[in-house]
This record gives sequence, structure tokens and C-alpha cells, in this order.
Amino acid sequence: MSTTATPTPSTDARDAYASRVEASRGRSIEPAWLMSRRSAAARQLIEEGFPTTRDEDFRFTNIAPIASKAYPAADLPPARASIDALRALATVPGLDAHEIVFVNGRFAPELSSITGTPPGVRLANLASTIGADPAIVESLWGNAIKFEMQGFTALNTALAADGAILDVDPEVVVERPIHFVFLSSAPAPFGAHVRNLVRVGHHAEVRIVESYIGDAGQEYFTNAITEVLGAAESKVEYCRVQRESMAAHHISGTHLHLGRAAVFASESLSLGGAIVRNDVNATLDAEGISCTLNGLYLVDGDRLVDNHTTIDHAKPHCESHELYKGILDDRGRGVFNGKIFVREDAQKTDAKQTNKILLLSDDATIDTKPQLEIFADDVKCTHGATIGQLDEGQMFYLKSRGIGEDHARSILLHAFAADIVERIEVEALRTHLERLLLERLPID
Amino acid sequence: MLQITNLQARVEDKPILKGINLTVKPGEVHAIMGPNGSGKSTLAGVLAGKGEYEVTGGEVTFDGKDLLDLDPEERAREGLFLAFQYPVEIPGVSNSYFLKAALNAVRKHRGEAEVDAIEFMKLVKAKMKVLEMDPAFLGRSVNQGFSGGEKKRNEIFQMAVLEPRLALLDETDSGLDIDALQVVSKGVNALRSPERATIVVTHYQRLLNYIVPDFVHVLANGRIIRSGGKELALELEAKGYGWLDQGAA
Repeated sequence: MSTTATPTPSTDARDAYASRVEASRGRSIEPAWLMSRRSAAARQLIEEGFPTTRDEDFRFTNIAPIASKAYPAADLPPARASIDALRALATVPGLDAHEIVFVNGRFAPELSSITGTPPGVRLANLASTIGADPAIVESLWGNAIKFEMQGFTALNTALAADGAILDVDPEVVVERPIHFVFLSSAPAPFGAHVRNLVRVGHHAEVRIVESYIGDAGQEYFTNAITEVLGAAESKVEYCRVQRESMAAHHISGTHLHLGRAAVFASESLSLGGAIVRNDVNATLDAEGISCTLNGLYLVDGDRLVDNHTTIDHAKPHCESHELYKGILDDRGRGVFNGKIFVREDAQKTDAKQTNKILLLSDDATIDTKPQLEIFADDVKCTHGATIGQLDEGQMFYLKSRGIGEDHARSILLHAFAADIVERIEVEALRTHLERLLLERLPID
Repeated sequence: MLQITNLQARVEDKPILKGINLTVKPGEVHAIMGPNGSGKSTLAGVLAGKGEYEVTGGEVTFDGKDLLDLDPEERAREGLFLAFQYPVEIPGVSNSYFLKAALNAVRKHRGEAEVDAIEFMKLVKAKMKVLEMDPAFLGRSVNQGFSGGEKKRNEIFQMAVLEPRLALLDETDSGLDIDALQVVSKGVNALRSPERATIVVTHYQRLLNYIVPDFVHVLANGRIIRSGGKELALELEAKGYGWLDQGAA
């Protein structure tokens, strides 16, 4: 055994990623502030590496299969036919939206429809905005991320080259929904690091849909961050529909920073992916905010879906509602961790968290954990988790009306999931997702 | 139509029904009355096939078939209907979807063609009128957020659509005000016919003013201790159940 400290070569891909950042420095046209943030993030990655199951926040989620590989950027343009097929799959019938489309993490203007946004609404891609208007990028980048960066956040900061920028001026009510579309298709495994930056001005209103969809069976890695700054009295509905390939890995961070009396509601659907980890971090940094986080995850085969949410009640008189539902089958694994901080200041907080899980097989597992840290004394905080099979009382009720066992089961399974989809306000999207859900959970 | 012979059942280790004998013929209305805990709801649950009851003895035939051998859904398709004392809420399943699935399951079993959406709507709208229900209710989730009265009305509405040959009403009157009671009774009476029978399980005589029984049975401690005509219900109302318990002892 050697007693001298020699640096151990890392077992993950951090070095390969960091050298990619280093290599790009020479030819980058990016502003100095961004380059220095990228370098700092790369240094953090080198020092801290990717999270492991020894980290509390990743105890049940082994991301080694992702971290061990330095996924290259997708070099070759994907096959036209494949992209057309994905574009069609990602189309929401009847959704009259402004759409910004990315293919393998890069903006695809020919597939997008970002012109014609109303006055006061700026919708563009990050890469071109860095060149055209770096000040706006600087004012949005990293501002909603209030929690310590973990490895994937650092990796995203180091490498994210593109993504959507949406800036809605104060008082503007955006009529049509805004749709961020991420398509993935390439002949070989690749990684895409995307950064979406959203600002919704004072008293402005917008509905955002963010879709991820990839070629069935293909391995790739999506590492996505969306930051949302919601100003005072803004109103945002944010729907995240993750339909990646079942062999793809998907790591996401949604970071929200909300102002006084802002109303924010999100629905996060995890339908695809092999290893999936979604972090939602919300900072309620003023009074009277209403924040709703809903989620649905369907996990079968050997897949894993991990949802970590953190709601930071920093100021008084805010309410948060959280409902996550999961259906786990085969050897599927689910993780739910719901942190709620109620700061000393945050009197009259009203926080409710619910996690409901259906386990359909003996080998499926769930680790669910509420984590409430309350430092104020006059608050209402409730949490609950139910894990189980279908409700026997409901089964009997259906059967007592002549509905057969299998049919009754499928009705209840579908209804369990539809409960989340029905909360989506954008009607065309809701109808579309109800149809998708029928494909995944057919009623026979 | 229904023949119950020496029926015994228990919940977990506790015997509840200790030898019930009852014969119901087509066209008849039977009322089963009795104090709380006498086994009234257990009897209704056993007949409908509720899982938590274990039949430990006796037999039940329904049109000559061994009822206890049938799954709950098969009993329903054969024409048995239980109006629940506590109707179950099913979020995410609309009343119309639920009822159409039930109706078509029953029709299929009878060898009849399934109804399409248009025929279904025509049928249910007519029935809703009888029960004075708002058509908007069809789009709502089954019993979710319904008041006690609305839930009971929904039970009778389902019964009206499914047209069972034997209806079991389990404390349908509990939690109903007098107006709702009349509407619900109207729905039940509309279904009375020489081919159909009804068993009304109730604690109070009140409902029997509206759904007039041919026979009244008093259940106490898991046995029918007295049977008579509709006047027995009035006697019970006047004297209470204690009078009978003493007589039986």
C-alpha cells in the first residue's frame, strides 16, 4: 500500500466532460461571465463528481450507468424520416401553440414556429440569444437556482449550449400556449444538455408545455434544466411531458423563483426513460404565493423514476399543494422525496403534500419520504403517502354493477392516473394526454 | 325467485347471521327491519357477494342457481342489484362511463346488443327525469363530492337504468330528507312489476310509507324472529324493538 496521496483517477466521466469545457474555451464567442461560470461548474464537477448512493439525495437512485459514460454531443444530423416521425408524435392535436423545437439539444428553426408571438413576448433559442443579446441571458441564467448545485446541474451549467428562452413582459397575457419541444434521434448514444430560461413579468400570464420525446429503444442522455422566474402576481401553468425512449436517461431540474401573490401550477408526467430523475425546487420568496406541483409516473420493466421536490416557504401566507401519483409494475422502481421548508418567517403557511402509489407486481419497489422542516409555529402542514393495490371497496362497487374483474381493474388503474391529467388546464393537451394514457393503460 | 335456507355468515371470527330463512317470489316487496347490529346489512352484503363476509352454512338460490357460487359481477348480471348504504366514491371515472359499462355488461349477459352512446343518453335522460337529476351529473366522477342524498339518489338511478329483477336496498333512507325520500321511493316504485322483487333493509318504518311492503321481517341477533304483513312495521314503530326481543327470549 502506498502512503503517498496520489490523485485517484475518477471512475466517472467528469474528466472527459471537463476537458470538453476546456477545449471549447479557445474557440468560444461566449461572453466572459458565461465562460467563467462554465469553468467554475466544470471545476466543481471535477472536485465533487456525480452524486452516488452515498449521497442522501441519491440514496435510492444509482446514476452510475449515466455518470460512467461521457456521452458525446450528437454529431451527425438525424435521419429526416425519423425526425418527421418524432415531430408528428410530439404534435398535440388542436394545440394552437407557439412552438420552439430542438433536435438532439440544438435549435431546429425549420421545425419551429416562433415568429408571430404577440408584443411583449420574446421566444428564442439560447444559442442565438447568447450572441444577439447576452444581457438578457445573463439576467436569467442561474437566478432561479437557489439550492446547491449537484453534479448534473454543474454539468448542465458547463455544457448547456442551447434551450428555449421565454421572456414575457409585465401585464401581458399570452393567449396561445408556448410549447418547448425536444426531439432525440441519432445513430449512436449521445448527450444533450439543455437550459431553458423563463421570465414571466409582473401580472403576466402564460401556459408552457415542455415535451421530451425520443426514438423508441434508443440510448441517449438528456440533462435538462428549466429556470422560471415568476414576478409578483404572475400566473404560470407549466406542463412537463417526458416521453423519452425507454432506453434513454433523463435528468431534469426545474427551478422556480416566485414573487408576491404569484400563482404557479405544474404537472409533470414521466412516461418514458430508463433512469429518470426529476428535481423540482421552488422558492416562495414573497407573501401570498400559490404553488401547485402535481406529478404522474408510470414505471415498468427495469426502469427507475425518481421525483425529488423541494418547496421553500421563505415568507408568510403562502400555500403549496403537491400531489404525485405513481404506478409501478414489473421490476420498476420509484422514488419520491418531498422536502418542505417552512422558514421562521413563514407564518400562516399552508402546505399539503400527497404521494400515492400503486404497486402492481411483487417485484416493484417504491421509496417515498416526506421531509418537513418547520421553523414557524403558526402553520398548517400535512403530508401523506399511500402505497398499495387497487381499492377493494371501489373494485366491489364496480363488480356489483356487473362489470367484470379485469375490466374493473383497468378502469380503476386508468382513473388513478387520469386524476393527474385531468388537472391540466390546457384543454387540447389534456385531451391528447388522456389519449396517450389510454394507450399506456388501456381500458379493456 | 330467491330462496334463503338456514344462511349463516361471519365477519372475521364473529358470527353475524345465525340461520336465516326467507323466500321471495316475483312481484313481492319484503322489508327487513331490526335494531342496529342485528345483521341487516350483513345479509344484504352476503347476497351481493361482498368479500369481507364468510358464509359458514346454509344456501341461497336465485332462480334455481346457487347464488353463493357466483362472483359479484355474475350476480349483478343475473339481475341482482344492491343499493349501497355507503356508496363508494370513484374519482376519475365518470358516472356516464361507469353506467354504460355496467349496462352493457348486463345486456351482453342477457344476449342483448350493447347500447351505443346515443341510445345510452336517451335511456339515461328519461330515467334522470324520474329521479329529478341534473344531466350535468353524468360528467362528474362517480359519487365524488356528492352529498349523502345525492349518493342515494345515484344508487336508485343506477338501479333504474340496470333494471334488476331483484333489488336490495340497504338503508337507502338513511340520511335522506323527506323530499329526497319521496323522489327515491318514486324511482323504486317505478320499477315494481310482477316479474321483479325488492328487499328493503331499513331501521325505520318511515320509508315503508312510500315503498309499501307485502311482508315485513324482523331481524334480531342474526335470525328472523318475526314475520308479518305491513302492519308489523307500524307496530314496531309504536312499540320499538325491545318488545320483540323479550317475546323471543
